Amino acid sequence: MQVYLPIAEMSVNALLVLGMGWLVGFLSGMFGVGGGFLMTPLLIFIGVPPAIAVGTQANQLVAASVSGVLAHWRRGNVDVKLGVVMLGGGVVGTAVGVWIFGILQRLGQIDIAITLSYVFFLGTIGGMMLVESSRAILRRRAPTAKRGKLHRHIWLHGLPFKMRFQRSKLYISALLPAGIGAVGGMLVAIMGIGGGFLLVPAMIYLLNMPAGLVAGTSLFQIIFTTAAATLLQAATNQTVDAMLALLLLIGGVIGAQFGTKAGTRLRGETARMALSLIVVAVALKLAWDLFSRPDDLFTLTMGLR
Amino acid sequence: MMAGVRKRRLIQGAAALAGLLLGGTVAATVWAQQLVADLSSHLIAITTGFTGTEVVLFGTTDGAGDVAIVVTGPRGPATVRRKQRVAGMWMNTDSVRFEQVPSFYTVAVSRPLDQLVGRPVLERQQLGLPQLQLPADATLPPDELAAYRNALIRNKQRQGLYAISMGQVAFLGERLFRTNIYFPANVPTGLYNVEALLIRDGDVVSAQTTPLVVSKIGFSAEVSDFARNRPVIYGVAAVVGAIAAGWAAGAAFRRV
Repeated sequence: MQVYLPIAEMSVNALLVLGMGWLVGFLSGMFGVGGGFLMTPLLIFIGVPPAIAVGTQANQLVAASVSGVLAHWRRGNVDVKLGVVMLGGGVVGTAVGVWIFGILQRLGQIDIAITLSYVFFLGTIGGMMLVESSRAILRRRAPTAKRGKLHRHIWLHGLPFKMRFQRSKLYISALLPAGIGAVGGMLVAIMGIGGGFLLVPAMIYLLNMPAGLVAGTSLFQIIFTTAAATLLQAATNQTVDAMLALLLLIGGVIGAQFGTKAGTRLRGETARMALSLIVVAVALKLAWDLFSRPDDLFTLTMGLR
Repeated sequence: MMAGVRKRRLIQGAAALAGLLLGGTVAATVWAQQLVADLSSHLIAITTGFTGTEVVLFGTTDGAGDVAIVVTGPRGPATVRRKQRVAGMWMNTDSVRFEQVPSFYTVAVSRPLDQLVGRPVLERQQLGLPQLQLPADATLPPDELAAYRNALIRNKQRQGLYAISMGQVAFLGERLFRTNIYFPANVPTGLYNVEALLIRDGDVVSAQTTPLVVSKIGFSAEVSDFARNRPVIYGVAAVVGAIAAGWAAGAAFRRV
């Protein structure tokens, strides 16, 4: 079934887009990541212009995160206090990100900057998670191995403005979650993604948050950053395609429900291993595109840009 | 509201048709109308289910001769960028901006063009892709500029917006002719020019231009108008809609 997208000005197969939304929604619910880092390359792959892919899926991520948060909320897996502190940093980060985006645009290299930051962030974080989770799985297989320390004290935990987060059983500097939120906000503005793939490991490894609360709390924060990104994209660039977003979010919200249920049955390290494999695969694909000779060295842009 | 839009377009269409008929009768009284052509439809409506469409162009000549049809979409600027290897990565390094680039271009002929007219006529009428005039803003060596120009045409052909080969104009007898013009799903919107040329003894002896409107209609038109005219409210609506949809889905799955 073909559907015409009014802003992208192209016709797509509705079932294909629904299926893509479902798949990304499933992963989003399972791992607590927004899935934007998967959706952008997928949309561009089926021919949606990159700017519209970024703007539209920010909109779709709002719906996916709301439905994901609801599922986590009922299980009591959202630390609202920590989420709000992260959000405070997220607002500052988004503003800084918009400023950096403007500079890159004036330099005329925004496309390659976006791809490079994808390769860098996905590659680094995916690689780190892959190493960590495979170690954890190996430890599990060999029960005689020595158990690691429960809590490693590093310089990050000596920062001022300590706050107590009862829900997460943490007593840490408020600068830590705010800083993580700020980096997430920057990614929303520059890469047009929720930033969950960065927030989730940061919350696990830097904050030592209970794993059960991580997905719900990061999704809670992503609702607000993606809503701000949608507004900004629609108002300044008119790159939000409501029709495309509708198809993606129908698939996405259904997928997210199944994903959340599947996620509760997964062991923490198995889930992290699976997520890291997907992240590394996307990074490798993007790096391959960057370094391999394109079919046509010339590209065409209609209009004034 | 949608019915209202449809009605308005119908009235517009009827008015256009009446004008056309009137123009036709006026021209007929001027006696020497060598070529008359018309389209099966003057409006291509892009609705939600639009997957491309075909328009039939038909007409008659006052005697033996050949016919060429040129369909040109609205013209505008376009930028062609070239990638080069920088530190192992392929990135955009140079670009050339072209002016007056037709968003759509296709030609149909009753016989191969080189059998009909010479080069000067082809160039004068901009008949065929090699003759299409695309002024560039860059001062580059001719072969460099040609590479950019060819890249523009190649990209357009890949999108299906410039025809790769010429279409066929079929004659039914000596005077009646017809051809099918195909418009793909990604056809740009705007005012198109459909030009019919009558060719005799190596020159164009008569020409007629018919307008064709490609426009979004119904739901897709309303969405794109909303997004363009009220971008902030559109953004708010998109966010509110997404929150509602997410909430509804979350509530619906509560018991599953």
